[in-house]
Formats: sequence, structure tokens, C-alpha cells
Amino acid sequence: MAEVLVVVEAAQAAGVKKVTLELLTLARELGTPAAVVLGGPGSAEAYREKLGEYGAAKIYAAESEEIDGYLVAPKATVLADLIKRVQPAAVLLASSQEGKEIAGRVAVKLDNGVLTDVVALEADGTATQVVFAGSTIVKSKVTRGLPLVTVRPNSVTPTPAPTTPTVEQVEVQVTDTDKLARVVERVAEQKGARPELTEASVVVSGGRGVGSAENFKLVEELADLLGGAVGASRAAVDSGFYPHQFQVGQTGKTVSPQLYIALGISGAIQHRAGMQTSKTIVAVNKDPEAPIFELADFGVVGDLFKVVPQAIEEIRKRK
Amino acid sequence: MNIVVLVKQVPDSGAERNLRSDDNTVDRASANNVINEMDEYAIEEALKIQEAHGGEVTVLTMGPESATEAIRKALSMGPDKAVHIVDDALRGSCAVATSKVLAAAIRQLNPDLVICGAESTDGRVQVMPHMLAERLGIAALTGARKLTIEGSTLTIERQTDEGYEVVTASTPAVVSVWDTINEPRYPSFKGIMAAKKKPVQTLSLADLGIDAAEVGFAGATSAVIEHSKRPPRSGGTKITDEGDGGVKLVEFLATEKFV
Ligand SMILES: Cc1cc2nc3c(=O)[nH]c(=O)nc-3n(C[C@H](O)[C@H](O)[C@H](O)COP(=O)(O)OP(=O)(O)OC[C@H]3O[C@@H](n4cnc5c(N)ncnc54)[C@H](O)[C@@H]3O)c2cc1C
Ligand SMILES: Nc1ncnc2c1ncn2[C@@H]1O[C@H](COP(=O)(O)O)[C@@H](O)[C@H]1O
Repeated sequence: MAEVLVVVEAAQAAGVKKVTLELLTLARELGTPAAVVLGGPGSAEAYREKLGEYGAAKIYAAESEEIDGYLVAPKATVLADLIKRVQPAAVLLASSQEGKEIAGRVAVKLDNGVLTDVVALEADGTATQVVFAGSTIVKSKVTRGLPLVTVRPNSVTPTPAPTTPTVEQVEVQVTDTDKLARVVERVAEQKGARPELTEASVVVSGGRGVGSAENFKLVEELADLLGGAVGASRAAVDSGFYPHQFQVGQTGKTVSPQLYIALGISGAIQHRAGMQTSKTIVAVNKDPEAPIFELADFGVVGDLFKVVPQAIEEIRKRK
Repeated sequence: MNIVVLVKQVPDSGAERNLRSDDNTVDRASANNVINEMDEYAIEEALKIQEAHGGEVTVLTMGPESATEAIRKALSMGPDKAVHIVDDALRGSCAVATSKVLAAAIRQLNPDLVICGAESTDGRVQVMPHMLAERLGIAALTGARKLTIEGSTLTIERQTDEGYEVVTASTPAVVSVWDTINEPRYPSFKGIMAAKKKPVQTLSLADLGIDAAEVGFAGATSAVIEHSKRPPRSGGTKITDEGDGGVKLVEFLATEKFV
């Protein structure tokens, strides 16, 4: 079976991201999964076990300071060269900012079609995308070149299929044009032990109704009890209650968790765009007419400052 | 510093949007068409740079005839002129082809800086800035929440999941911006009046030296096979808190095995 390349995403501290394990799971349906590590020296070794656990038969290790030190372009060059050499059946990346950017560059380099934000991919290359705030389902296909696809986190349930991957070192040859955008600094901002927003199976989000940055502690407390991530509506972000990287919606993150809890969020179409495909939706809002109730599997009409503390206490009791 | 700002016309994300049943392209006829929101932030950033460093700001758009509306709106915020790439053969263009066309126009305009939105609200593709940088052989500083300029050195803060990265490059470069970077100005009445008189140059594919077979449906590298409306979610149980709303909520979570 032909190889399916999976571009590995990893975080400094947490290692291989969940979305990569999902991509490996998906790749197994399409061919023989091969993981591509594009990172600094030593990264492939650090990720090998995890990648093997999810069925990576092979690891292409492209490791160099040059990959880490510049924005995206070196990764795209190395990946495009690898694609030309191994002629895979498909190439899968995470539908993250960087995943899309790498895919975009590779598409231009190889004059190959690219599909982003894919939620399902069939063996014949037919991809499913959900567009327009989750209102429309689109089936599409790359018609020139191989399926070059970025897949949304939480589209596939990752399942282990342990194997021992072979590791092949890939020579990193980048041009001067790949080194035009230099990363001078990487700054980690407070995050704690919470799972990443797009990968979390539970997301608890707060909106304008939460009222202040201070009050967001209540949202965090509920999220932590459920092992979830914290999200925010744009109104909450714009009001300075919570940082922008946690914004859910049209111009923020798209999340698709098992459970989404919306606290003090009205449910504007642009917010729904980012959470509409969640499995179960729960809402607390004091306005019985709030549109969020139209999509909530369970809604409580009430004051979140009464309902949420009581819920927190009840969960503690049950633990 | 001469700047080209990329502006795309999109259907309003706050209203119902559809794909056409005949050719699966965005239905513009039934939509309220607006400037892609993120591009307003790109325009604002360009104008701020112009105020500080001088030079000219040119709006560049590729889109149908009707996109002139978006161009006038963009010009009313303050840019000096606009270039509109319009050609019937462009209908159905994929991102790869669009980047080819925009890159050709940017080459002709030869700016120091290209600024665009981080993503468009219709496609949410987020690929254009890197595609353009790839074609033009210039730097891409993408996803900026902050941009500073010293001489010909550009430095951005780029939001990541873990925090942010500081990335630097020299002009010429493509910079894409998020909506956290600034607060776009509203067009003044004077601005709106002035926009009507600002030069808008139209370019065809022939003007750009691009063969019609390379773009549109003919040259597309991907195709939509079919589309359908997703069945709308229906609301489930809704209760009114009567002092036990929190407990009831947890009971629901328990039946769904979340606690
Ligand atoms: C192009 C564009 C892109 C956008 N992108 C996004 C996006 O990515 N994400 C996003 O979220 N929005 C986005 N928006 C904004 C969106 O239209 C809404 O303005 C926003 O989602 C509203 O946020 P909210 O629900 O928190 O605030 P509101 O609409 O003000 O709702 C607050 C809710 O809290 C309830 N409430 C108040 N106090 C309490 C209380 N004590 N207890 C219980 N309930 C209470 C109120 O009843 C109300 O329903 C975008 C808009 C545009 C034009
Ligand atoms: N047809 C177009 N004309 C002008 N600018 C565009 C066009 N398509 C995309 N862009 C620019 O590229 C940015 C990113 O778009 P996208 O990659 O489609 O998400 C947008 O915010 C625009 O600034």
C-alpha cells in the first residue's frame, strides 16, 4: 500500500498533539501511515514512541535548526521535496494556522490542489467540509495532484495500533528565500494544565454575561472540574475578560468537543460557526429567548452566578 | 513605503449564506456582500503605516463586477487608489489559481509591503498570504496581532496556541493581520465622497499575461462535487432555574456520562 504522509504537530511541553494521532488513525484507512517530523534536532526521537503507538510504520525525520528558526517556509520546502521523492497516496496536515500555511505553500510549489478544514476523507480522496457557520456540507476533491488535505481536530477518534516505526533521516536543504522570516523569540503565555482548546473533549465558554475577567474564574473552575478547556465569545474577548487565543467562532477557533457548555453567551451566528458541530451542547442564559437555546441539548434559563456555583458544588459532591 | 492591501468581497457572515445549486460557487446574488471583516483591519494597519512613514496605499481585489462596492467602501476609509482584477474566466478559481492572479498584479504594482487579512470569512482558507509569498519569493509574516516597522525591518507578534512568536523580516514582505491588531476607522462623510473620485484601475487576465485556461473552472486544482444543507440542530430540554438549576444541569451531565 502506498504511504500516506502525516505531518506531525507537537507542543514543546506536551509532545505530539492529539490531532496528529487522529491523522494517523485516518491515514490507516487510506494507506500506510508515515509520520513526517519537521523540527529541531532530536525531535523525532522524542516523538517516536507515541507515533508508533498510533500506527506510524515509518518516521521521516527532518531535523534542523533552520526548520525551527524560520517561519513555515523551510518546512514547506522539505515537505514538498519529500512528496516528490516518495509519491505518497495522500498528505495530511492539521487544520491549524501552521498546518494550513505549510499546505498552501506546498500546493503552490507542486501546483497541486489543497483542501482545508476537512472533517472526513474517503479512500478515493473525497473530502467533507463544513462551511458557512456549520450550515452547509460540501464534498470536494483535489483534481490536480494528490490529496493534500488539512483536517480539523476532533474529526476522528484516535485509536492506537502499536507498531515499531523505522526512522529515516531526511536531509534538510532550504534556500535563502526560505529564511526570510526569522523567529526571534517564542513566548509561552500562562496556560496551566488545561487541554488545548481545539483538542479538548470538553469546552466551557463564557460570554459577555460573565461580566468581568475576575468572574471568568467561575468558568475556569467548571472547566477544570470537567477536565476541559476554557473558551470565550468575541464579546468577552473584546471586553478584555479573556485572551484572544481562546475565542471560539467565526474569527476565532473552531471546536468540536463531546461537550460544549456556553455560559452567558447569546449564540450569535458567528459564535455558532465555531461550536455548532459539538456533540452535546449545554447553555446557561438568563434570557429565555437567547438563540443559543435553539441548539442546546440542555438549557437552563437562569442567572449563571447562581446556576454555575451550584453545579460546581454538585459535581464536587458526586466525585 | 508603498503598500498594497488585499481586499476580498464576501457574503455577510451574519446572514444566511448559500452555495449555488448549478455550479457550487458562492451565491452572491442572494447574499448581502461586504468587505471580508479581517481586511478592514488590514486597511487600517496600512493607513496607520502610511501616516507614520508616507507612501501610497493601493487596494487590490480580485472578484466580479459587483466587488466595486467593496472597493469603494475600502477607499472611503482612506487608501489612495484601487486595482480591480475582473475577468469572466476567473469564475470558479481555486486558491492556487487566485494566488497566481494576485501575485501577477502585485508584481506589476511592486509594493514594499502587502497587507491582507489572516483569513476570509467565506472560505476560511488562511492560505493566501503564504501562497503569495511563495510565488513572489518574499517574506511572509502571518497572523500578526502587532506590527512594528523600523526602516525596512518589520517585526510582528504572531499568536500561537502556546503564546506568541516574535518574527522579523525585511521588506518586501506579505503581512497578514488578525482582528486584534487595531480598531478600524469608520469612513467619514468626506471619505465617502472622496472615494467616488479615487482612481480604480481594472485589469483583465490579458493585462496580467495569464492564460484563461490556468484559472477559473478550467484551471481549478480542486472541485466541489456536491453540497447540501446541514440539518439544523434542534433544541433539547430547556428548564427554568427554580433554585435547583445547577443540580439539574449536573444530573443531565451525569446521564450523558460527563460526570
Ligand atoms: C465578522 C464577524 C465575526 C465575528 N466572529 C465572532 C467569533 O469568532 N466569536 C464570537 O463569539 N463572536 C463573533 N462575532 C460577534 C458576534 O456577532 C456576537 O456579537 C458575539 O458572539 C456576542 O457574544 P456574547 O454572546 O458573549 O454577548 P451577547 O450577545 O451580549 O450575549 C450575552 C448573553 O449573556 C446573557 N447573560 C447576561 N448576564 C447573564 C447572567 N448573569 N446569567 C446568565 N446569562 C446572562 C444575556 O442574556 C445574553 O444572551 C463576530 C461578528 C462579526 C461581525
Ligand atoms: N480574491 C481576492 N482578492 C483580494 N484579496 C484576497 C482574495 N482572496 C483572498 N484575499 C486576501 O487573502 C486573505 C486570506 O484569505 P483566505 O486565504 O481566502 O482565507 C483575505 O483576508 C484577503 O485579504
